[in-house]
Amino acid sequence: MWDYSEKVLDHYRNPRNVGKLDDADMIGEAGSLACGDSLKIYIKLDGNKVIDAKFQTFGCGSAVAASSILTEMIIGKTLDEVKKITNKDIARELDGLPQQKMHCSVMGREALEDALKKYYGEESEEWQEIEIAEHANAGEKIICTCFNVTENQIWEAVKVNGLKTVEEVTNYTKAGGACGRCKGLIKDIIDTYLKKEAKQQELTPTQKILKISKVIEQNISPELQKDGGDIELVDIEGDVVKVKLTGMCSGCKNASMTLKNFVESILKEKVDNNIVVEQV
Amino acid sequence: MIYLDNNATTKVDPQVLEEMLPYLSENYANPSSMYDFAKKPAETLKKARVQVRDFLGANNEKEIYFTSCGSESANTAIKGVINCNKEKKHIITTKVEHPCVLNTYKSLEKQGYEVDYIGVNSRGELEIEELKEKLRKDTALVSVMWANNETGVIYPVEEIAEMIKTRSPETMFFVDAVQAGGKIPVNVKDTQIDLLGISGHKFHAPKGVGALYVKPSARITPLINGGHQERGMRAGTENVPYIVGLGKAAELAQNSLDYELKEVKRLRDRLEEGILKNVFNARLNTSITNRVPNTTNIGFEYVEGELILLHLSDLGICASSGSACTSGSLEPSHVLRAMGIPFTALHGSIRFSLSRFTTEKEIDYVIEHMPAVMEKLTKISPFQDELDALRKLRG
Repeated sequence: MWDYSEKVLDHYRNPRNVGKLDDADMIGEAGSLACGDSLKIYIKLDGNKVIDAKFQTFGCGSAVAASSILTEMIIGKTLDEVKKITNKDIARELDGLPQQKMHCSVMGREALEDALKKYYGEESEEWQEIEIAEHANAGEKIICTCFNVTENQIWEAVKVNGLKTVEEVTNYTKAGGACGRCKGLIKDIIDTYLKKEAKQQELTPTQKILKISKVIEQNISPELQKDGGDIELVDIEGDVVKVKLTGMCSGCKNASMTLKNFVESILKEKVDNNIVVEQV
Repeated sequence: MIYLDNNATTKVDPQVLEEMLPYLSENYANPSSMYDFAKKPAETLKKARVQVRDFLGANNEKEIYFTSCGSESANTAIKGVINCNKEKKHIITTKVEHPCVLNTYKSLEKQGYEVDYIGVNSRGELEIEELKEKLRKDTALVSVMWANNETGVIYPVEEIAEMIKTRSPETMFFVDAVQAGGKIPVNVKDTQIDLLGISGHKFHAPKGVGALYVKPSARITPLINGGHQERGMRAGTENVPYIVGLGKAAELAQNSLDYELKEVKRLRDRLEEGILKNVFNARLNTSITNRVPNTTNIGFEYVEGELILLHLSDLGICASSGSACTSGSLEPSHVLRAMGIPFTALHGSIRFSLSRFTTEKEIDYVIEHMPAVMEKLTKISPFQDELDALRKLRG
């Protein structure tokens, strides 16, 4: 017997917003009948705001509960807010899910993403941004059910070891080694990773400057401010990012460490692996 | 509460409990002890062995070994035979065995054994010809369950035993009869079955006790070494109260066999027909004939099994599912997959298993409520077009 929260019980017993919207502005799908769960979400917009949402789910109690609560979570929100809803938010809203059931919350997030992707278009900037940000929170989804290997584990194995084929992933993680049904999904993960890598390299100079300044502003600066310091972007020449440490950081004897181990590694991870940070 | 999950476990028969109680209280002596106080437990142990002997149709009570459960019976049989036939490295079993058997073979595979897994057809029946073809002179062991826990389909183990002994007389044959015991006659008399395991809690004894039948000509090694109990074949002080319970349950099961085969079957058929008639997306997953009388496995298309179970539970109905979501493994049932049950019904497969305690009123309650449950749950499904097509076809 699963240890479901009262909220999960309530939502699978009395699911909210069941059905479809014939005049939906956005439709998202995730999962499949073969895998044992699938979700279809319908969203009605007024401008940038979700005014109605409905769902249809084939899945277990927690899958229905996750879908049901997701519709409640998005109604009344703007698309910018909807974009930021992670699978963890869905699980949290349900007062938690059993570990083996976290994939139900991931399915909710996937259906949302699918809706956003179709709405904005695969080539749009809005969608590209979501896709790149995505892999930070897709983690718990179990790809290989035979060996319980999650998407994150496969992603990490691909990233760290530079894996290029499904067979290599099986060797490194066991995923796909038994029934083999997840081989298609593993291939998708490899392709998505390679695509992401290629995309990073293809950034135009302007895109790169914008991305670097955004990462500095959002991911780096707040951390330094915690220690009473800060950072200023001075110039970018090719892969060389010139910065100035300010406040407490300017006189800090660990400044060069901070630059290399923190600022540079974050920029490498988030923007381009070739970036070198220099202090001016 | 309506309990229709008797293949998972059964309620302890009140008569069984009554027999057990004195051995959980005043008669606590170790049956191996020398004083008079130990006489009663020692005698009752003997009596239980005779009861189980008669239940299984064994010639001699020395052929019966008490164990702690069905899994222990299977492990003792399989590993015991393998240890005594070290030169033979081939094993045959089926794809649809219980995990306690399958996983024992998986571990033997890692130790270098070659294991063939025989498949089943879409009705859940064993591909006997395939088994025939795979049998070799160096096959150490064949093991086939008497009845399948998920589908209730009965396998012709007596015929298989004949076939094995004609073609490869030295190959040992183990039968996991955990799901057959108490539901159909399980009689090793006049058969060529070498080893056979049962589990008490599947026929109204408590959990924690089982038995293994070993033909005198079959050699095995013990799984648990230690004292002289069970003639050195299973060490550990005998679990007297539970063994007493197993003996009594075996006797009661023997006496109720007729009732199982007629009345329990009548109720099962009533349930099955009622659901198949009233619920438009229901399909029978197995063969209609050739099943233990208490089990039916029904697939509800385009609805997921755990969700069905949770809603049945809200109505006080207990059943089980071959759905991935009900097990920690996230894998749908290996049995239904081996049968090639379509994905549309695989994840929504529900097993109802009755017992001699099931009443007609309970069955009618389930038949009455099932259509409304399905009406509610199919509304949630994203496969509305497919469901509409089914409705037209079967509604």
